[in-house]
Amino acid sequence: MNLIAVIVALPALSAGFLALIPSWRMAAWANVAAAAVTFVVSLGLFADDTGAGWLFVVDAFNIYLVVLTCFVSLTTSLFSATYIRHEVETGRLKALNLRFYHAMYQAFVFTMLLALSANNLGVMWVAVEGATLTTVLMVSLYRTAPAIEAAWKYFILCGVGIALALFGTILMYMAAQPVMGPGLPAMTWTDLMGSVARVNPDILNLAFVFLLVGYGTKVGLAPLHAWLPDAHAEGPTPISAVLSGLLLNVAIYAVLRFKMLLAANGAAMAPGPLMALMGLASLLLAAFMLYRRRDIKRFFAYSSIEHMGLITFAFGMGGPLANFAGLLHMAMHSLTKSAIFYAVGHVAQAKGTQRIDKISGLTVSHPALGWGLVLGVVAIAGLPPFGVFMSEFLLVTSTFARYPWLALILAAGILLAVGALVMRVQRMAFGEPDGAPVPVHGSLIPLYVHLALVLVAGVWLPEPLVAWFRTVAALLG
Amino acid sequence: MSNLAYDAAHLLGALVLMMSFALLYQRRLSALLNAFTLQAVALAAAAAWQGYAQHSHHLFITAVLTLVLKAVVMPVALRRIVVKLNIERTIEPALSIGLTMVAGVSLVTLSILLVMPVTEDATALTREDLALSLSVVLLGLLMMISRRNAVSQVVGFMSIENGLILAAIGVAGMPMIVEMSIAFSVMVAFIVFGIFLFHIRERFDTLDVQKIESFRGESQ
Repeated sequence: MNLIAVIVALPALSAGFLALIPSWRMAAWANVAAAAVTFVVSLGLFADDTGAGWLFVVDAFNIYLVVLTCFVSLTTSLFSATYIRHEVETGRLKALNLRFYHAMYQAFVFTMLLALSANNLGVMWVAVEGATLTTVLMVSLYRTAPAIEAAWKYFILCGVGIALALFGTILMYMAAQPVMGPGLPAMTWTDLMGSVARVNPDILNLAFVFLLVGYGTKVGLAPLHAWLPDAHAEGPTPISAVLSGLLLNVAIYAVLRFKMLLAANGAAMAPGPLMALMGLASLLLAAFMLYRRRDIKRFFAYSSIEHMGLITFAFGMGGPLANFAGLLHMAMHSLTKSAIFYAVGHVAQAKGTQRIDKISGLTVSHPALGWGLVLGVVAIAGLPPFGVFMSEFLLVTSTFARYPWLALILAAGILLAVGALVMRVQRMAFGEPDGAPVPVHGSLIPLYVHLALVLVAGVWLPEPLVAWFRTVAALLG
Repeated sequence: MSNLAYDAAHLLGALVLMMSFALLYQRRLSALLNAFTLQAVALAAAAAWQGYAQHSHHLFITAVLTLVLKAVVMPVALRRIVVKLNIERTIEPALSIGLTMVAGVSLVTLSILLVMPVTEDATALTREDLALSLSVVLLGLLMMISRRNAVSQVVGFMSIENGLILAAIGVAGMPMIVEMSIAFSVMVAFIVFGIFLFHIRERFDTLDVQKIESFRGESQ
């Protein structure tokens, strides 16, 4: 149990340390080293016992998310090191901004790990709020007018979302307090799970609505998604990768923790239909919006909204199979989408633009990079043999068995999105390259490592992972 | 809880809500900041009174923090920003004042109708405090929607946080950690807002959010 404290503390200490390093080259590699140490230590969680203290909890649900977060933050820091070098050489970023950037990167990892492992509703809320603040600062890193507008919009929308989530948290405490007495236990997950069955279900319902809308804003669910494409498109690409790959997962995790409480109460409302509706709306909206995107990062940001919609829909459906599909999809989307952003970052640098219609013939001019992007898009489109195919297949079939009509809408949404992805990537990847090829000195290792993992997961899932997913799927109701 | 404790807590909560309405109809930035200061003072008094009535000392810390940060530091800093950046002193509402007030009254009704039925087994004070604080939160949201000026959006955001604190102090024995975090987060949020205000000023020469909205990455 003490291991998790070490894992959470490491990025916090590194953030302070990185702020002291004046050279951005050294800071970039120190950032990688810090992320690597955190990842290696996090692997120890598999050997350590799960359990809960007053501050931290490690169980079947968050253990894989913690390790995934450490892993993706490591690969992203590798990508970031090469990405940043190019940005400095082309004069888009200044050294002073970078000192701040690296410290913020670790601070962001710290807040995410804290949110994932906190055993206290209040601490989790503080951590999610901290994650919002650090990413707002990083989104505005380029200091261009669109970047500042994106950050402002992100801050206002997510600030309001976070405020509503806090109101939901207070309501949750208010519901639990008559049963569990005043004080810390009424805000602790593990204690709440034990006594939530005796809690007044009406207040619980009200609390959940606020929490779903509040944390749902951070997930990027349909009516509340406006911040997401801007924040992804205008910030530095490594931040887009961690936003899509990790932060959205953390927000979903928060919603699911509360859904577990509702499921354990019994008398509370079924949150399923509400979540399924929001998920389906996000999926369809994003699928249509994909066709009209002209900016490559904005394009993949909408794809993230689509996948968050799928995941929320899966958990809204509930039942062991759909929950399993949702959990698997969280992991697969996280790996695939961050891989795509690694590719996109280097593509934008190689072509000097983020506009889709100005990018063509990538597989000819930059074969390794171009094919990496193609493979990533094939994976995210849910085509076999990649892992996303497995989770989407599981979701569609389990939905079809229970609500055939819903499955039809779901499948239509997925196919629409696939159409847009294929159309766009075909233009970018194949055909005649325009202009002389500009070499990129990016590292493609993170990209291909992620793709390999998604491929392996599509063919074979490790036994402990399946066992955890089953346990959590049962708890989610 | 004695009658006096109940009445006083109720009165102070209602004062906070009243100042939320006052925030809605201000047409000048200086008056808006004055109204916000008064709301913060009312909130600090409410927190202190709850601390006395519930015998929980950490609520006094909340009261002091609210008083220092929200009634003194933030209004002063925002005033400085307004003067230093020579921002337009009048507020252009996106919705007319009359319409905003009607919407505000309906939101208060809505929150009473929403909270009262579901909290039947809670104490009377907790219930009414919750209804009041939900109203303050919703009015803060309304203010953020109905104002285009960035400074008044910041004030709207902070009044939402005031509503949250009002909710937290009304529930008996809410652990300290949350209140501290609210105070802290508002402080951090303010710094961030401040930075943004400066940067926005640099880039746009105006703090009218409406104009910033035209910079859409997609449309160019």
